[in-house]
Amino acid sequence: MHLHKYEKIWLIFGGASLVLFLAILGFGAFYLGTHPQSHGVTIDPENVEANEAFQRENLGITQVDDDKYIVNVVASAFNYDLGSDEEGNAVSHIEIPKGSTVLFQVVSTDVIHGFNVAGTNVNMMVEPGYISSMEVQLNKAGEFTLLCNEYCGVGHHMMHATVEVVDDESGNETAAE
Amino acid sequence: MSLAMKQQQNEEINLTPLSIAKPEAKLYLSFMYVAFISLFIGGLMGLLQVLVRSGDFELPLGIGYYQILTLHGVILALVLTTFFIIGFQYSLLGKTVGMSDKQRKLGWLSFWTMTIGTALTGTAILLGEANVLYTFYAPLKAHPIFYIGLALVVVGTWIAALVNWHQVYVWKKAHPNQKTPLLAFMVTINMIMWVICSLGVAVTVLVQFIPWSLGYTETINVLLSRTLFWYFGHPLVYFWLLPAYMAWYAIIPKIIGGKIFSDSLARLSFILFLFFSIPVGFHHQLTEPGIDPTWKFIQVVLTFMVIVPSLMTAFSMFAMFETTGRKQGATGLFDWFKKLPWKDVRFVAPFAGMVAFIPGGAGGIINASHQLNTLVHNTIWVTGHFHLTIATTVLLTFFGIAYWLIPHLTGRKLTPKIHKLGIYQTIIWAVGMLIMSGAMHIQGLLGGPRRSSFSEYGGTEQAAEWVGYQTAQAVGGTLLFIGIVLMIYIFMELLAFAPKGEEEFPIAEEEEDAQPTPSWMENWKLWIGITIALILFAYTIPMIDIIQNAPPGSPPFDNIL
Repeated sequence: MHLHKYEKIWLIFGGASLVLFLAILGFGAFYLGTHPQSHGVTIDPENVEANEAFQRENLGITQVDDDKYIVNVVASAFNYDLGSDEEGNAVSHIEIPKGSTVLFQVVSTDVIHGFNVAGTNVNMMVEPGYISSMEVQLNKAGEFTLLCNEYCGVGHHMMHATVEVVDDESGNETAAE
Repeated sequence: MSLAMKQQQNEEINLTPLSIAKPEAKLYLSFMYVAFISLFIGGLMGLLQVLVRSGDFELPLGIGYYQILTLHGVILALVLTTFFIIGFQYSLLGKTVGMSDKQRKLGWLSFWTMTIGTALTGTAILLGEANVLYTFYAPLKAHPIFYIGLALVVVGTWIAALVNWHQVYVWKKAHPNQKTPLLAFMVTINMIMWVICSLGVAVTVLVQFIPWSLGYTETINVLLSRTLFWYFGHPLVYFWLLPAYMAWYAIIPKIIGGKIFSDSLARLSFILFLFFSIPVGFHHQLTEPGIDPTWKFIQVVLTFMVIVPSLMTAFSMFAMFETTGRKQGATGLFDWFKKLPWKDVRFVAPFAGMVAFIPGGAGGIINASHQLNTLVHNTIWVTGHFHLTIATTVLLTFFGIAYWLIPHLTGRKLTPKIHKLGIYQTIIWAVGMLIMSGAMHIQGLLGGPRRSSFSEYGGTEQAAEWVGYQTAQAVGGTLLFIGIVLMIYIFMELLAFAPKGEEEFPIAEEEEDAQPTPSWMENWKLWIGITIALILFAYTIPMIDIIQNAPPGSPPFDNIL
């Protein structure tokens, strides 16, 4: 089979770019450890409270160290359960100091949901039976929309909350208010 | 070599394409009717969606957004594409290797099986009993009729595959030592890929969904069903694309007055598409929690192997354009480009499709890039991506085929007026899609989700910013709907009103001094063997893992739809 000279050049150039590209992806995945979320940790979707992280009092944001937080969420049609505040109202807004490391852990009690903090790298599928989790560092201040981006039923587009990444100073102001 | 030379000589005898008799034409046209009716219904649903998402329009009569979204996806991505492809492929084989009376009867069986399946699924959707979108992810549950209808559509395509292979087999027996005509070779490959991949969706629908939706089984393994779906879902997009490639490789050269660039390279690229279309479904599941990341990465690598045949195709197209232009007297570096037939819609529409495949393909590389996928997964960027690939590249090529195929089958002429209208259609489509898909890509990068009705997301600043892009999508979508109405008008003209005459069924030939195609190209057992080996390599271990480490299954949910 005959290959035109230019086609050889074209394919060698294309093939080499491809190899380089895949090497970069592989370096990111296996050396730097930036895989998409995949932990294979299972849970009974009808009894998520069997796992301590998803008991009512542990939902929402918890500080675990100086700059470390855990956010536990139970997703169900059409709501993200982020726990309750002191008055017993459902939380729909969480604040995280800028620069802190946050571990998001999310489960579903019914169908498949999405968990996307729009504008950040937090983007996970949440499937009944598995714990979705992802650790990120939030370095950009601002208010981000947490929303469901996998169709889950008639109220899918009403499933949302907000995540605010606060600068140290503005964080103090909020506390003062 | 001498055998190949002999093949070459034998080929000469076989160059005149067969003619299509009336009863055959009727069969091929029936597929086209369903395809174009689907285009209109699906396009209308698309228009309603972009209007709802602009925030200024509400659906009347209690129709739900997700109901029309389901209809849009099913009728365009599954019905329009499949009917057009099966009809087109029958016509290609009828023209190159022939169709017997018995094969034609089985062809009708495939048509009616698919049509009844479509009607059943459509009924379930119209009754609002199947608002599960075209991917029908468990544990959302549709009415059993929805799944049964889809299964029938697939069974219909399998009948078509068997008929197609039989057509080629009969020709082969009558023409020993000759290479299978290029288009027949391509159809054979596409149907091998289709049957191997659709086994996945058949298993999940027949073994998992139907018993579960009927209440015979209580729970479903969600991840297994998704994995089987995407084992099918990615080759599905190549099943759409390869018929467009058939036209690019083997029909367009004839339209522009040129020859096939290289018969062997065309075949080789199809063989590579067969290998690397199937063992790659995980790249649709990258952000899922239950699949081992190493296996995700392995399938990402396999996904990127299709870049090789894609680059080969891009080279072949432009080489063919340049060679043709130079033969017609073009000089200088880019003069040949002007020599292309810019007033011939049979060329212009597919050419616009090729151009769209440059950003479309690049976007696809981004989507499948392991970590990078997290940034765009389930954002409306993805919707923008496949409206470039399937709804522009593939669809404009299908329109480009329809301009000559319909009049060829109805015994009418493609008039200069329709050429002109078709070029306007192409321009409207290109502009509409540039606006709609462009806005989708940008909104997606900003985090805007796909598959979502209009929402202010509690009044966040981000959501307010997205509305502007959704308005742009409504503008683009409206233009696209105008394009669809124009296309339906053209279709009806070619069907019943254009002047009677003979329209050519363009099939390109090789250069007279073309290198002979090696005979090992038709070693089907080897190609199928490699395909299956790659699938087993990519899926066996992760599948065992998914089944062995499965969480408790999920009961059906249909009260939230």
